[in-house]
Amino acid sequence: MNDIVEGLWQAARLVITLDPGLAEITLRSLQVTLTATVIASVLGLPMGAWIAVNRFRLRRFAIAILNALMGLPPVVVGLIVYVLLSRSGPFGVFGLLFTPTAMIIAQVIIITPIIASISHQAIRELWADYHDLLISLHATRAQRIKTLLWDGRRALMTAALAGFGRAIGEVGAIMIVGGNIDHATRVLTTAIALETGKGDFGLALALGFVLIALAIAVNLALHMLSGTERGSRW
Amino acid sequence: MVSAILPLVLEDVELRRQGKRILGPVSLTLEGEGITVVMGPNGAGKTSLLRAMHGLERINRGRAVWQGGAEEVRARQAFVFQTPVLMRRSVLDCIAYPLILDGVERKMARARAETAASQVGLDVTLTAPASVLSGGERQKMALARALIRAPEVLLLDEPCANLDLHSTAEIERVLIAARDRGTRIVMSTHNVGQARRLADDILFLFDGRLIETGSGDAFFAGPETPEAMAHINGDLLP
Amino acid sequence: MMFKTAFAALSALWLATAAGAEELKMAVTTSFANSGLAEVLLPEIQKDTGIEVQLLVVGTGQALKLGEAGDVDAVLVHAKAAEEAFVEAGHATHRREIMYNDFIVVGPAGDPAGAKAAGSASEAFALIEEAQAPFVSRGDDSGTHKAELKIWASAGIEPAGDWYKAVGQGMGAALNTAAGMDAYIFADRASWLNFDNKAGLDLLFEGDPALFNQYAYLPVNPEKHAHVKADAAKALEDWLVSDKAKGLIEGYQIGGQQLFHFNAEAM
Ligand SMILES: Nc1ncnc2c1ncn2[C@@H]1O[C@H](COP(=O)(O)OP(=O)(O)OP(=O)(O)O)[C@@H](O)[C@H]1O
Ligand SMILES: [Mg+2]
Repeated sequence: MNDIVEGLWQAARLVITLDPGLAEITLRSLQVTLTATVIASVLGLPMGAWIAVNRFRLRRFAIAILNALMGLPPVVVGLIVYVLLSRSGPFGVFGLLFTPTAMIIAQVIIITPIIASISHQAIRELWADYHDLLISLHATRAQRIKTLLWDGRRALMTAALAGFGRAIGEVGAIMIVGGNIDHATRVLTTAIALETGKGDFGLALALGFVLIALAIAVNLALHMLSGTERGSRW
Repeated sequence: MVSAILPLVLEDVELRRQGKRILGPVSLTLEGEGITVVMGPNGAGKTSLLRAMHGLERINRGRAVWQGGAEEVRARQAFVFQTPVLMRRSVLDCIAYPLILDGVERKMARARAETAASQVGLDVTLTAPASVLSGGERQKMALARALIRAPEVLLLDEPCANLDLHSTAEIERVLIAARDRGTRIVMSTHNVGQARRLADDILFLFDGRLIETGSGDAFFAGPETPEAMAHINGDLLP
Repeated sequence: MMFKTAFAALSALWLATAAGAEELKMAVTTSFANSGLAEVLLPEIQKDTGIEVQLLVVGTGQALKLGEAGDVDAVLVHAKAAEEAFVEAGHATHRREIMYNDFIVVGPAGDPAGAKAAGSASEAFALIEEAQAPFVSRGDDSGTHKAELKIWASAGIEPAGDWYKAVGQGMGAALNTAAGMDAYIFADRASWLNFDNKAGLDLLFEGDPALFNQYAYLPVNPEKHAHVKADAAKALEDWLVSDKAKGLIEGYQIGGQQLFHFNAEAM
């Protein structure tokens, strides 16, 4: 209990004094995870919509794979990415291991199935609602997808945010592929793991609170942005 | 003016769902001008027939044939569903949506949607989300959306089911005006009075079969089948 | 649009990692990183040589694997036999001893096994086994773990049983576990001094030469991995054995205690 109070205190102190170390790893956390979220959304949202709207032979199979990938342990993803990016691996020539890019790659792999699966769910419901109308109005396939993505944007944003939430708090994979290098690949979660390892629970907790605050802030910011964009409510 | 995609010919159309025959075999020809009213008790197959005409239902036997190419046939008809489909958009954008699909510029589409809304007597804040509309307002919105492409054939499935007397009269005026402009209308209704007022022709369905057809006047003067007789007299069928 | 943003963000990150000083990746052990010495040395290295040393903090086993795969440019570890095998296999050009620190035996302040009174490290271990007192082992194939096993072997004991808990984690996590269970643990002095969560633990045994812990520097062989920064690795080695490094290493203290003893020899 004392540790928690101490942690909250320290978190407040770090934030108020704009601690440069904290600012650096917080910004890197944001940079890595936002980039990963954008890329995963670009891949996952249309993928989810496509699976929802199209009937194809392996549809059930694709959905099952997607759901299974959602539960993929990040450590396994980290290991696979590590082996692929290692100098002695197939993509070793790019020298990406232990860089933020490697962390982004791992996070994209972890959250794309989540975003695709949630958006599939959302789009499928919307498609059930819209099906007759869109067929009746003779909308082309592209027009259908576009309409569904646009009208489902709230749910899709939720999907993207779920992906963001998963990625920002993830530590197993990025620890492996990023290496937690100070000033290069250290982010909030790996710093927390490090401080915990040093037995500095106060600082670890403080960083944890900053992480929670950051996740909440990003959620609020996005909801506010999309709220002011149009005054409607769905 | 007679629509180029007519006549529509149904040849022994039959719909089966889950091993059960829900419609047919139905054979009919739809041509000329006017309003055809589809009548029949609940579950008789009115919705199924209209949807089959529109090409929304898989036909198990027989066929429904329009004139002209598939593109043209689709583009020149519109459908108003028994339960209006609400898009997660503003009322105005819901109505304008078919024009947006046609590539009409957004501003222009919205202006025309506003006109269409006032034509059907939809007197609400058009910038509000469509989800706030009342049941009757939703039906008016759906009608405005169907009319906005100026279809040659308009299919309506109980368009006045949730409307009060005033709104019903308003919609009937809109439909008559559309008919007078040459739009071929096929609609279903449970409102015998409305059928009397609007029907140039009647299709009477019972248990999935088309058991009586004819001009509206003849039908209401003296239906040939006891089922139709009971239906228009409001008797409870055996 | 989204694609563009994503691409821009990604390329910005690329540039951020590509630009700047010359970077050198060095795998080091947890015990070295936890000592805090790196924070003193790295800024000076950057100032003097322009090299930005990026530390990958891992166990000795993984550090050597990283060197073998060519994922780092140099390795700084403390496991002599493994290091010599590493050089033998051609993964590093050579092995250069830099400094040493020492291991200690930590345990519950009450010392139920009486390890404090032991005459040697192996005797202390034997007493712990005799008392069946809980003992936390790193169990992660790290240099510290290997040193621990060597002492068990010299005591003629095959550690096993309920009292012996191999956690398979780093020094900090293992210390946390020991603190939580009031158990004995074999640790490096630096990690112990820097550890904040000591709880009921105390330093019980130290000073046996068998506990000395030699650190050596191994530059990865550029003949095996053409991309390694051999020149920077050489410059770093020269700096590490310099008089300046000696002063900084010998002068580094925690709680008034000197941690490392410089013992690099001129080549
Ligand atoms: N997909 C389906 N599967 C099974 N039965 C169906 C299906 N679609 C319709 N039916 C059945 O077919 C019959 C005709 O339905 P339809 O909706 O055409 O009736 P309706 O005349 O429009 O009735 P109402 O006046 O209640 O709207 C009903 O008994 C209905 O339950
Ligand atoms: Mg019906």
